[in-house]
Amino acid sequence: MSDMSKTDSMAKPASAAGTAPPPKAGILGDVRLWAAIGLVALLIMPHYVYPVMIAKVLCFALFAAAFNLLLGFAGLLSFGHAAFFGMSAYVTGYCLQSLGLTAELGILAGTATGALLGLLMGLLAIRRQGIYFAMITLALSQMVYFVALQAPFTGGEDGLQGVPRRPLFGVVDMTSNMNVYYLTLAIFCLGLFIVYRTVHSPFGQVLKSIRENEPRAISLGYDADRYKLMAFVISAALAGLAGSTKVMIFQLASLTDIQWQMSGEVVLMAVLGGIGTMLGPIVGATIIITLQNELAQVGSVSTIVQGAVFVFCVLAFRRGIVGEISHWIARWRGRS
Amino acid sequence: MDFLGVPFPVFAGQLLIGLINGAFYAVLSLGLALIFGLLNIVNFAHGALYMVGAFVAFLLLDILGIGYWPALIISPIIVGCFGMLIERFLLRPIADLDHLYGLLLTFGLALLLEGAFRQVYGASGETYAIPAALQGGFNLGFMFLPTYRAWVIVAAAVVCGATWFLIERTRLGATMRAAVENADLVRAFGVNVPLLVTLTYGLGVALAAFAGVLAAPIYSVNPLMGSNIIIVVFAIVVIGGLGSIKGAILSGFMLGVFEGLTRVYYPEASNIVIFVVMAIVLVVRPAGLFGKTA
Repeated sequence: MSDMSKTDSMAKPASAAGTAPPPKAGILGDVRLWAAIGLVALLIMPHYVYPVMIAKVLCFALFAAAFNLLLGFAGLLSFGHAAFFGMSAYVTGYCLQSLGLTAELGILAGTATGALLGLLMGLLAIRRQGIYFAMITLALSQMVYFVALQAPFTGGEDGLQGVPRRPLFGVVDMTSNMNVYYLTLAIFCLGLFIVYRTVHSPFGQVLKSIRENEPRAISLGYDADRYKLMAFVISAALAGLAGSTKVMIFQLASLTDIQWQMSGEVVLMAVLGGIGTMLGPIVGATIIITLQNELAQVGSVSTIVQGAVFVFCVLAFRRGIVGEISHWIARWRGRS
Repeated sequence: MDFLGVPFPVFAGQLLIGLINGAFYAVLSLGLALIFGLLNIVNFAHGALYMVGAFVAFLLLDILGIGYWPALIISPIIVGCFGMLIERFLLRPIADLDHLYGLLLTFGLALLLEGAFRQVYGASGETYAIPAALQGGFNLGFMFLPTYRAWVIVAAAVVCGATWFLIERTRLGATMRAAVENADLVRAFGVNVPLLVTLTYGLGVALAAFAGVLAAPIYSVNPLMGSNIIIVVFAIVVIGGLGSIKGAILSGFMLGVFEGLTRVYYPEASNIVIFVVMAIVLVVRPAGLFGKTA
């Protein structure tokens, strides 16, 4: 709790950015306009770029947005989000491969797994604050990792490979990359809409007040722990949704999805893009995924670059890309 | 000869392994607790610096032909100095921000160090021979005790004891504890607190490097050795609470032994038993076994 009384709280630098548009924003600040432009671009794009590649970016953008919901708007730094992402991927993979369920049921089962795991981990983790919260989530996710390593349904070191892309609702064919892309896009939009609605609801306002001053929120009669737990569960469920979607895209669920490195990656995406902004996680995910693709051939260079970007962001770029741009726009508006 | 349902040599063997792991846990969580006390950050790079300590020992031998005993001193000094540079130039600029930034920065450092060593040495690791004086072992009648393993436990215990003595019983330690309580007031008395902070980080990191050198002959010197152990140490730190030096040492040894005993009775759970203990402690006593505040 003492963390939050510090002058520069974790999510503060971006608080001007992600919340409701400033009153005199004009047409450039209209969220709906930008959302429409983005959606049209995403609808056309797979005809020009390899759809699996954009689907991967969307999937990780959703994952990062789920993580950012927790860090940016509730001030909780989780280092264990890979547990939700990875375990949901396994469950979806198992449902599609061994139980022969249809796509939407597999994805639902995966999302439910994320939510349930989030409830269990959240109940434990919210008992401590700040850095302890981060350490507890990391430790619990490592426990989930070891369970996945030894449990019979995960395929151990091999993971689940060649997971079939079963038809959606039993009728819509999912074997083509294009169809999987549009499914991913739909899921991405739904997920982002949920994040947006959560942040811009009375619930989201209470979360922000808890982030800024927890004792005061409690004194006003809000049960802070219940709000934090709820935010944790929503975030975990969305991370699980992203993990399930990943299985549809790559037909693969493996230990990579559930390792602590994955938790670190999603933190980096959010930090680089801009903590507490709506667009930040999308920008961050796009950059990190592109980077990984480019550097995949040269050994551990990708890890080194990620580490360096982390250090740089914390030292000199704490608002992140989107946060920094919003800050410039706000300053420019203030001057003119 | 059975003991608690298992052959006694099996029991004693796992107890020994548990004590050795506990020795590493204790030295690492002691360093984390020291750093946390003055800097209020959790040093995510601790595991990576433990790995660097082992690699420095390996390189000293490989390139300069400097053996185990000098390396046991030189490696912590080199890594400690490196740590002081990290503190001075990376951590101090963000010292006044939310402490989560310190966690993120040291996490980035851990990735950097690990990636760099993996790029150069690969993921398979290098071997480091046990020094001549510590080869062989004792036959205790019921089991064989390798000399090097006994040495690890003794060395770790001595270093932990010495650090405890330094913090709790010397003038320098008293100043450090005072700075933990109220840095501004200590500064007003003319103590150079920023220097004290740098030295403390250096000491904590040197402890990690010392553990790394101790570990080099037992485990292979491997770029990933740090990240495998540090998450367990985090769980131990949550269990023990970062508040006290004694708590960090005791919970390190205790949980190492507990993990060893689990390997006797229920081997499948030995990987996760410490995390389970952490979960139980969080439910029963959220502040940790030795912790003062949350």
